[in-house]
Amino acid sequence: MTQPSSGTPTNAAPRAVDVDAAVAKFNALTGAHIAAYLDACVHCGQCAQACHFHEVTRDPRRVPAMKLAPITKVYRRHKAPFAGLRRALGLAPELTRRDLEEWEELIFDSCTMCGRCTVVCPMGIDIASIVALSRQAFAAAGLGPADLFQAADNARDKGSPLGVTKAVLADRVEWLSDEHETDIPLDKDTASHLLLVSSIELMKYPLSVVAMAKLLNAAGVDWTLSSEGYESTNFGFLSGKPDIAKIMLTRIATAAEKVGAKTVIVPECGHAFGVLRWSGANILGRPLPFTVTHITEFLAGLVQGGRLSFKRVDTPMTYHDPCQISRRGGATDAARVLLAAVASDFREMRPTGNYNWCCGGGGGVQAMSRAADVRHEVFRIKIDQVAETGVDTMVSACSNCRLTMDESKTALQWAGTLESLVELLAENVETKASAHA
Amino acid sequence: MTIVGFIEGPLWYFSLAVFVLGVVWRLVGMLAIGRPKDLSVPTASSAAGAAKAVVLHSVPHGGNLGRTLYHFFAGYLFHIGLFALVLFAAPHIAFFNKMFFTLPWPAMPRWAFIIAAEAAFAGLILLYVRRLTDPVSRGLTDIDDHMGVWLTFLAMLTGCLALQEAHAGLRALHMLSVELLMIYFPFSRLMHAFTFLFARGYTGATYGRRGFTP
Repeated sequence: MTQPSSGTPTNAAPRAVDVDAAVAKFNALTGAHIAAYLDACVHCGQCAQACHFHEVTRDPRRVPAMKLAPITKVYRRHKAPFAGLRRALGLAPELTRRDLEEWEELIFDSCTMCGRCTVVCPMGIDIASIVALSRQAFAAAGLGPADLFQAADNARDKGSPLGVTKAVLADRVEWLSDEHETDIPLDKDTASHLLLVSSIELMKYPLSVVAMAKLLNAAGVDWTLSSEGYESTNFGFLSGKPDIAKIMLTRIATAAEKVGAKTVIVPECGHAFGVLRWSGANILGRPLPFTVTHITEFLAGLVQGGRLSFKRVDTPMTYHDPCQISRRGGATDAARVLLAAVASDFREMRPTGNYNWCCGGGGGVQAMSRAADVRHEVFRIKIDQVAETGVDTMVSACSNCRLTMDESKTALQWAGTLESLVELLAENVETKASAHA
Repeated sequence: MTIVGFIEGPLWYFSLAVFVLGVVWRLVGMLAIGRPKDLSVPTASSAAGAAKAVVLHSVPHGGNLGRTLYHFFAGYLFHIGLFALVLFAAPHIAFFNKMFFTLPWPAMPRWAFIIAAEAAFAGLILLYVRRLTDPVSRGLTDIDDHMGVWLTFLAMLTGCLALQEAHAGLRALHMLSVELLMIYFPFSRLMHAFTFLFARGYTGATYGRRGFTP
């Protein structure tokens, strides 16, 4: 295995590392598509040109293809055609504890799983998905950022990564409902739509929850929150702990089934949408008995159906595409429909849409305190992109992107304004529809 | 049996068998691993996404061409040059006709051969220089990458030496280098000549069904 050019990651205290568990997990998760990816990589390094972490650090170890090394080593020794021949000839060494320790930072801190590298790869290798399954192997070995793992444990034990228990949810909903004189239904017996929230919104951007409620109420949608399943984020998925990922998804599915919801609306959170919409059924092992839609997709449908309209906002603005909603989610156009309805001067960044640069905090990197400095450096790309459009206001539809960029905005003293698309829409919503969904 | 006779006889058939069976074994072994069915509800066609990805990744897209121009230029220079040499050099066509009982097809003229050879050499050398000098490429490179480059270079070089077909030894030397390349091929990253289709296809199928083929 090619060694990284610089040192090992931060955690200095000796940890128990179960290499065998990592090997077993790598083997279990290597399907034909992963094998094709590993067999196709020609080590050209073009993926570095698309990676925000490499872009801002120029560190030759922070390269997407480098992240394939641990799984490739296991694949070549155990599962690849001719693995037996390679072992017999001593050409396929086993994965070592040192490999895992040296690659931990690359697999966790240095990848937001934004998928930008796949676009530039001449082989089309989906490195982000390999990082996702590699995290499972590393977590099985006992390696990964403590704060990311804590967030996952909080989600399992308390209901949310930020400690939003059912009681806290009820308190916050009551407070927001009173404070903003907005009906926020919680635990209705039946509803055709189940709205999820992210604990980032509830604890840091509560107006976002109010905004969603205002918009859904204005359009006459039959909806509810549920204390059985409210947390949309899935830190089990991000931390490589599939058991916790399944618990979180099961709560949502149970809540949706209990209220009879045919549609589950994911709030402004990119990875929450990606996990539930595209991985949810696969993790649960059964098709989902409801439709999953991102809040921007749902609102765009209401706008196109004539059930919502907005006052025009004259402030020039641009839009940051959350990777898991646009490039990897397939919902790129929804935000454009909404921005066309509310903004009189909307300007696209370059690159934009499916090719936009990541905020630097996706894939759970936002929750890793040791990655803060490099996250802030990544934000410089965004600052330049926004400056190029000539606007001061950047709107997005992901609270994780928003939190990441808010922190970097403070750290770098950026003078621009960050806004939530849903909040912008709620501030300017014009009509009420009487029809119920 | 002379050395030339051995190279052009038994060793050739052995190399061909290793190449064909090895490639088939690699691909069948890869596909036999299988993959779980995707239970998510698609919004678009997986098959269309796969087909699109196979074509799309032939050229850097999404605004990335400018950033990867060196690889794009050198890569196509090498691959187009190499395929032109392999498929349209007159001695190769004669060899294929004799060996595989194929009908003859037009050979490229000598000037085209010279251009193709220059393109292939220039492309390969440019790619290898990049591999040795760029910190990213150098960090990713392993012994397999070096072996693939040098065996290909050797086959091309001996091919040029044998061009005049003036000496049986030079022709045998070219064949020997090609045979080494063929034997090494199935065990190496040179397999990307086949696996690129599957890698692009899987990604296209996975994300095409989501509505965007990356």
